[in-house]
Amino acid sequence: MSTPSSPYVHTAGSVTTVMLRVIYALLPGIAAYVWFFGWGVAVNIVFAVVVALVCEAGMLALRGRPLKPFLLDGSAAVTAVLLALALPSLAPWWMTLIGTAFAIIIAKQLYGGLGFNPFNPAMIGYVVLLISFPREMTLWLAPEMVSGHSMGETMSTNPIFGHLGGKGWEWINGLFLLGGLWLIYKKVISWHIPVTVLGSLALMAAVYFLIDRDLYASPLFHLFSGAAILGAFFIATDPVTASTTPRGRLYYGAGIGVFTYIIRTWGGYPDGIAFAVLLMNMAAPMIDYYTRPRVFGHKD
Amino acid sequence: MTEYALILVSTVLVNNFVLVKFLGLCPFMGVSRKLETSTGMALATTFVLTLSSICSYLVNEYLLISLGLEYLRTISFILVIAVVVQFTEMVVHKTSPLLYQVLGIFLPLITTNCAVLGVALLNVQEQHSFMQSAVYGFGAAVGFSMVLILFAALRERILVADVPVAFRGPAIALITAGLMSLAFMGFAGLIKS
Repeated sequence: MSTPSSPYVHTAGSVTTVMLRVIYALLPGIAAYVWFFGWGVAVNIVFAVVVALVCEAGMLALRGRPLKPFLLDGSAAVTAVLLALALPSLAPWWMTLIGTAFAIIIAKQLYGGLGFNPFNPAMIGYVVLLISFPREMTLWLAPEMVSGHSMGETMSTNPIFGHLGGKGWEWINGLFLLGGLWLIYKKVISWHIPVTVLGSLALMAAVYFLIDRDLYASPLFHLFSGAAILGAFFIATDPVTASTTPRGRLYYGAGIGVFTYIIRTWGGYPDGIAFAVLLMNMAAPMIDYYTRPRVFGHKD
Repeated sequence: MTEYALILVSTVLVNNFVLVKFLGLCPFMGVSRKLETSTGMALATTFVLTLSSICSYLVNEYLLISLGLEYLRTISFILVIAVVVQFTEMVVHKTSPLLYQVLGIFLPLITTNCAVLGVALLNVQEQHSFMQSAVYGFGAAVGFSMVLILFAALRERILVADVPVAFRGPAIALITAGLMSLAFMGFAGLIKS
């Protein structure tokens, strides 16, 4: 391994750098979340990270793999943060425990750890919880319910809240959007997936909104509520589980947007991002197979 | 027309025979190791499922019911399916000897694919008409084929993964099938029955 072979492509850096940048990009949104809805989400995040690291360390030890490089690469922490953000902030501690453990042990380590998992671990953990404990998973806080919290009253009365998505959520999602754009600027993620996810979601929403304004929500509402922006920039772009070819990423992203709209509008679950991401994870190897870039000098 | 579209969406996505009803798991596990074979299997099964669904409807309607022989339903459906599979085998043998060789034992084993008998029996149970039976069989086959081909592509990727020794092969394949089924739960409630 003295001289690597060409081409000498300069990349964004090590896995650790990439994962750290993802966490930095999430920070403004998380800060707003804490400011609007209290400390619940921060407690969840810290607890999920601890559980994820413990599970990762245990599985690595069982598999006889070195602990330090895999624990310090930050991938388990990112999975835990994304899962904790997807849970309601007052989710009981054992739900965070079950979801994170399932994500790390079954969806990630049983497939051989980082780089091999076919499904996004955070979304597997989320879907397992959503299917097993549907009642607890839909206990979302409305700002009015945040008692003893100074923001609660402000948000329910102030006119800058509640125009685009849920009250407070449009600001959190706006900050996630900023973080996501920073990730694209830093070339941690490419533009293909976020643009096609949000674009196809907005297009579907716009078509149905124009057909019947009373029955279907507006495209802006679809973009700024639920996990659409978080999903498009931070979850769907997971380099391991997404499609890897540029053209494949366009199909992959468009599929997520369309499935999200279908499940949100006609399905039995409130938000479809997690299911849409898993469905397209499932199709990603097939998409890659059919969108292989042409090798230079060869015909199709 | 809407009715047939609903049957199609229902059988392909919402009530997918493999991932939601858990029928036809043997070919799903057995023929999904390579993408090429699974594509061939998917085509053969689509052909058999659609044809046997139509034939079993005709047998049930014009033979069993008119002669009052409903108690012979299961056995006569198995016979119909075996005949259709035999026919398919002859067609594949003549048209594509290579595919015939690659599919090997799995081609005659379509007879024992529980999804095929399941579709025939469900058609009777849900009192489908002739066209409904045909669309139901075709939809079930499309759902089966789609999932089988996606699964084969996934398995080719898992084959090169650093899976723990105890989980290699069918174990991790079954876990993957379970996770795929989890993703398909998202379609629940799409069609109000």
